[in-house]
Amino acid sequence: MTCLRGRMVPVLVVWLALCLSGTWAVDRSNFKTCDQSSFCKRQRALKPGESPYRALLETMELTNTRLTLQLINDNNKVRLLLELYRLQGNMTRVKINELKPLKPRYEVPDVLVREPPTEPLSVLSQDENGVVLSLGVESQRVIVSAQPFRLDIVEGHNVLMSLNSRGLLAFEHLRMRKDTFSYKVTSTVASLWDNIKRVFSSQAEPEAENKEEADTAHQAETTKEEEEKVEEGMWEETFKSHSDSKPNGPSAVSLDFSLPGVEHVYGIPEHADTLRLKTTDNGDPYRLYNLDVFQYELYNPMALYGAVPVMLAHNTQRTTGIFWLNAAETWVDISSNTAGKTVFGKMLDYVQGSSETPQTDVRWISESGIIDVFIMLGPTPKDIFSQYASLTGTQSFPPLSSLGYHQCRWNYNDQEDVRSVDAGFDEHDIPYDFIWLDIEHTDGKRYFTWDPHKFASPKDMLQGLKDKKRNMVAIVDPHIKVDSNYKIHNEIRSRGFYVKNKDGGDYEGWCWPGNAGYPDFTQPDMRAWWASMFSYDQYEGSMDNLYTWNDMNEPSVFNGPEVTMHKDAVHGSWEHRDVHNLYGLYVHRATMEGLIQRSGGVERPFVLTRAFFAGSQRYGAVWTGDNAAEWDHLKISIPMCLSLGLVGISFCGADVGGFFKSPSPELLVRWYQTGAYQPFFRAHAHLDTPRREPWLFGPENTALIREVIRQRYTFLPYWYQLFYHAYRTGEPVMRALWVEYPQDPATFAVDDEFLIGRDLLVHPVTEEGARGVTAFLPGKEEVWFDIHTFQKHNGAQNLYIPVTMSSIPVFQRGGSIIPRKLRVRRSSACMEHDPYTLFVALNTRRTAEGELYIDDGHTFNFDNKEFIHRRLFFSNNVLSSVNVAPEAQFTTKSWIERVVILGASKPRKVTLITADGHKSQLDFDFDASVSVLTIRKPSMNAGEDWSMALQ
Amino acid sequence: MFWYLLLLWGGISAVEVQRPRGVPLSKRPFYEENKPFTCLDGSRTIPFDRINDDYCDCQDGSDEPGTAACPNGNFHCTNAGFRPTFIPSSHVNDGICDCCDATDEYNSGAECQNTCRELWRKEKESMQKLAEIAKEGFLLKQQLIQEAKRGLEEKQTKLGEVQNSKKDLETNVEALRTAKEAAEQPEKEAKERHLKELLGGVDKVNTAAFETIWSKIREKYVSEVRTQTPSSNTDGPAPVETPQEEVREPVSDNDSEPYPDDDIPEEEDEDEDEDEDEDMDDGDYKVTGFDYILECLPIFTKSLFSSAAQKARNEFEEAERALREVDDQIRNLEKEISFDFGPSSEFAYLYSQCYELTTGEYVYRLCPFNRVSQKPKYGGSETNLGTWGKWAGPEGNVYSVMKYEQGTGCWQGPNRSTTVKLTCGKETVVTSTSEPSRCEYLMEFTSPAVCQEAPDLEVSDIHEEL
Repeated sequence: MTCLRGRMVPVLVVWLALCLSGTWAVDRSNFKTCDQSSFCKRQRALKPGESPYRALLETMELTNTRLTLQLINDNNKVRLLLELYRLQGNMTRVKINELKPLKPRYEVPDVLVREPPTEPLSVLSQDENGVVLSLGVESQRVIVSAQPFRLDIVEGHNVLMSLNSRGLLAFEHLRMRKDTFSYKVTSTVASLWDNIKRVFSSQAEPEAENKEEADTAHQAETTKEEEEKVEEGMWEETFKSHSDSKPNGPSAVSLDFSLPGVEHVYGIPEHADTLRLKTTDNGDPYRLYNLDVFQYELYNPMALYGAVPVMLAHNTQRTTGIFWLNAAETWVDISSNTAGKTVFGKMLDYVQGSSETPQTDVRWISESGIIDVFIMLGPTPKDIFSQYASLTGTQSFPPLSSLGYHQCRWNYNDQEDVRSVDAGFDEHDIPYDFIWLDIEHTDGKRYFTWDPHKFASPKDMLQGLKDKKRNMVAIVDPHIKVDSNYKIHNEIRSRGFYVKNKDGGDYEGWCWPGNAGYPDFTQPDMRAWWASMFSYDQYEGSMDNLYTWNDMNEPSVFNGPEVTMHKDAVHGSWEHRDVHNLYGLYVHRATMEGLIQRSGGVERPFVLTRAFFAGSQRYGAVWTGDNAAEWDHLKISIPMCLSLGLVGISFCGADVGGFFKSPSPELLVRWYQTGAYQPFFRAHAHLDTPRREPWLFGPENTALIREVIRQRYTFLPYWYQLFYHAYRTGEPVMRALWVEYPQDPATFAVDDEFLIGRDLLVHPVTEEGARGVTAFLPGKEEVWFDIHTFQKHNGAQNLYIPVTMSSIPVFQRGGSIIPRKLRVRRSSACMEHDPYTLFVALNTRRTAEGELYIDDGHTFNFDNKEFIHRRLFFSNNVLSSVNVAPEAQFTTKSWIERVVILGASKPRKVTLITADGHKSQLDFDFDASVSVLTIRKPSMNAGEDWSMALQ
Repeated sequence: MFWYLLLLWGGISAVEVQRPRGVPLSKRPFYEENKPFTCLDGSRTIPFDRINDDYCDCQDGSDEPGTAACPNGNFHCTNAGFRPTFIPSSHVNDGICDCCDATDEYNSGAECQNTCRELWRKEKESMQKLAEIAKEGFLLKQQLIQEAKRGLEEKQTKLGEVQNSKKDLETNVEALRTAKEAAEQPEKEAKERHLKELLGGVDKVNTAAFETIWSKIREKYVSEVRTQTPSSNTDGPAPVETPQEEVREPVSDNDSEPYPDDDIPEEEDEDEDEDEDEDMDDGDYKVTGFDYILECLPIFTKSLFSSAAQKARNEFEEAERALREVDDQIRNLEKEISFDFGPSSEFAYLYSQCYELTTGEYVYRLCPFNRVSQKPKYGGSETNLGTWGKWAGPEGNVYSVMKYEQGTGCWQGPNRSTTVKLTCGKETVVTSTSEPSRCEYLMEFTSPAVCQEAPDLEVSDIHEEL
């Protein structure tokens, strides 16, 4: 929901008209290029190989957990403090800040789940050129080189990663403004002094240097700014009609990382680009700056709604990760010697003295804050997920219902509309769990309220949904209408909770309601108050089956620079510049806490957000924003969600059907078929588009959509179990192929198909008029079973699959057991007590394993061990269920109604042995044409121990 | 059958004895107790104890009529006291009460009340109401049909008359044209003389331009002489008759003419204006020429625009206008006569009427067979939500939906359009409007013209006798 919402207050129409220009593409001129962002331009102009930084080894201090060391910039004598930590779980943290900043620099709070536990560091050797530290495991060491300063992390003889190897560390220290009169006087004197000094020092350099080091403390004050030129944009910057006052002057930080042996890097969402990141030498760097981008374009590095500054690097040997903890505007440059060897050969030779090994170099540039970087050393992809999860937490475990189908539209007009859409689902026998209300449900875009005419009795409406075991989501955006008759506004204003403008007044900007204030979600007491607004007595008309959607939380400010907040707006003692990318995370968090609190901490919340940051996975779901009804947008939904999954955010989806424009029935059906196999499954549409509920495109298309939504519901037990797993481990639910096949380079750039968990492979049809698709089936040892036909295919091949409109190429991995519920009902809650069918797909060794996770589906009681978690395995012709959480207690009415074994041979008999030792013969069917054995109605409770022997 | 239903009424246990749960009476013969059951699609045969054993054996779901085991099965609610119905198997024991006799939730813990009697009572009431409405509406419809028939006959008669009078008018026009041309002869000569004298010969000037100027001169000097023609709105075709005054609330619109031609005169006026503008703007040369002529025009010339010629002209133009009006009348009559007002022209009475509905924000106005519009309640201009397009009901019931298309364009969207759904009612009223999709409006409209012959009140498939 970006700026194009038709019914606007008149003033906005003008702005919108400007913003539109009538084409279906982003207006790039609304957003900065690196050249238009002064710090990016300054930093990018730096040449590699000229690092002025030197480590002052004599300042090194090593405690048990931390090493500190001063760095000096030989050009201006400004000193930095380097902190180095060895963290538990094979990670290294490197922090660099000014030794004595003029004022404190922003360090991102609230993203790490705790202060990361450390492990002892020890010095292995030291001389005047550097220090070698042991990282404890596997002969891993950190080599600190003094001049120029550089860090290398090595294992044995292999360099895993180098920092500042290209000499692009840059730290713009805070300074007094030079163009004030008093400063000019002092600086003139100082530069005179500097010139004199330079004459002498050039003649006797070593001495001068020694002397300098001895009395730097005194000299720093007078000499440190001498070399600094005042460049345009350092103290003030304008973009279009917006001016950024920059009272703190230049404050950017930057550091380069070299990744020898790496040709594939991933992550740093959100970008509408391929899974594998591209080199950026010939264009702008990838940008991380949460923005409400109207009609975003595909396959480019422009910033979008969210930012997770985490990059993964992968080769067949190892996966590593870089987490750059900085919430300011950030740009990431990527270059590679294999991408354009002639261009980079020279630079590479400098770094490595050879151009033989492939290497990827990345460089991070942020506008303010400090350098705080976590180097995750893997070595496997799953190690990276658990390392990153230990820092920022895991995906919140969503209520089961939120994994069902969501029906959304801007807007369902009134209660009658909601009622009739709800009835439409029953009439067409299509399940759904949530119906959504966009901004028009409110009383004049005043969130927490209802339009008095269209939604006069919201509780009746909610009760009507509840009677069918269904739920609703209503939007609550963070821009608050400035209106003295609006309770929420009055409270925020009187409590001083609004973000302030640079002059100290409440910051105001244009958004849906017209003039709006923006609550300062960085303040804990503001968040606590916001959370309290979701209690049933505060949020009138709300009930326990009403959940929340936070949109526009980049924050979107229609008349702000780049459609967001002015960087010189003030959050307490920090500038918006420092906290920008965190704002959305805080909104999401406060809302989620509100939903938890309203139920007294009992019920799991569901909150969807558009803006996000590292750690947002802890608070709920994200979607890829305002996409369009185009085939390319359908395609890009795959890499966009895969990239988010790699950095911990598993609950991801794209608007099914496309938000802007109208999909053809074919595109709509294909999008449903894709979305049904992605984690967050919601159809959504722009206000100006024709209606597109699933039954509006003729009986054939209705049947196709019904079928795929029903398929989704049959797989809910598997999705739920994967989310439980993601909650426990941080592993993505929707996975890039290389995560499961890290040693097969053929998987490294695949982003037209994906895995769900490790056992389902999905290759959606995303081409118009497709007659067939070629799916890559990974794994030399693997076999894959078509879930519809049960046909078996070998792994490590490109398989051509002819398709019709009803085809969704999905394969179950041989060696896996997937529990499903084939009795699809109106909503997930209606299926709670239904029996399971176990799909056992045998591998070439005729074994298989899987899990079954069951709990109440909606409370936090699973945290008190109220769940069932069983391991299912098949070997030696025996299928068994064993308890992997004996300490947990939960009872279920669900039972096992059927076992389907794919790739089986025909048994003489099948015997069930229950927990009490009772044996019984089971009926079965065997379909020899596809080798499928269907065991009829074993009937044991899903929570019990049992085994089943095929003889 | 009566005894069986009595048993049914007696309790569920009785039902169990009689037939498997969820089986309708009509299918009962297929489920013979203790005999192997063949799936109704014939796909396989299974032992009788596999019927309703909560496992799906038949692809068509016929072995599990009373459970949720089959994805495509149906459960038969007997609904004693109300209407029996089928629900999808997936609604069996899902915790939601679907059958009014509560038989679908026998094992889910849901506490369902038997609401069949209550439903029946309500339905009976509303059916009775509907039937009454339909009955009265249908009577009204007969009147409408009669009146439409009469109206049609009248129009045809009128058409005949008008067509006859047209012949006379045509003769008249020709006669007057001759008279006019004769009377204009002196004028024409004067004009030619002036052309020569003032402008030095025809070959030096643009004759067409001169013609324009000349006619303007004439207009200028003659305007006072000319008599005022009667205004068209008192002279138009007779207003359509309005039968059934008491059943509708026509919006007062006294000066409205029969449409759909309503809009056309306005547009033509605009076009004429434009044409004039264009003529005036043809070039500076003519304008200065005009001024020159005005200055130089000898006084005596004025007298050449003689009253005799003028009179002849006026009479001729008058006759021509009368002929045009008759043509219009004929066109309108022919259009109305051939218009599709339904199988028996029962919708004819809506022609030339408008109906309004006021909502929170807007006043909606439906002028059947003409246009739909929306006007903000508190000031602001009217928006066209579509002009008459076509009857658009489903096959077999085409006259249940009207479609109005090509209204004012939406910003970045399609042109507005309106679907009008007609339902039977004693009165002709717009009952609701909505905008289900952006710029696509939906209007509910009641009229006796859609009432069908009152259905038999004793609805056959309701077990009222119980």
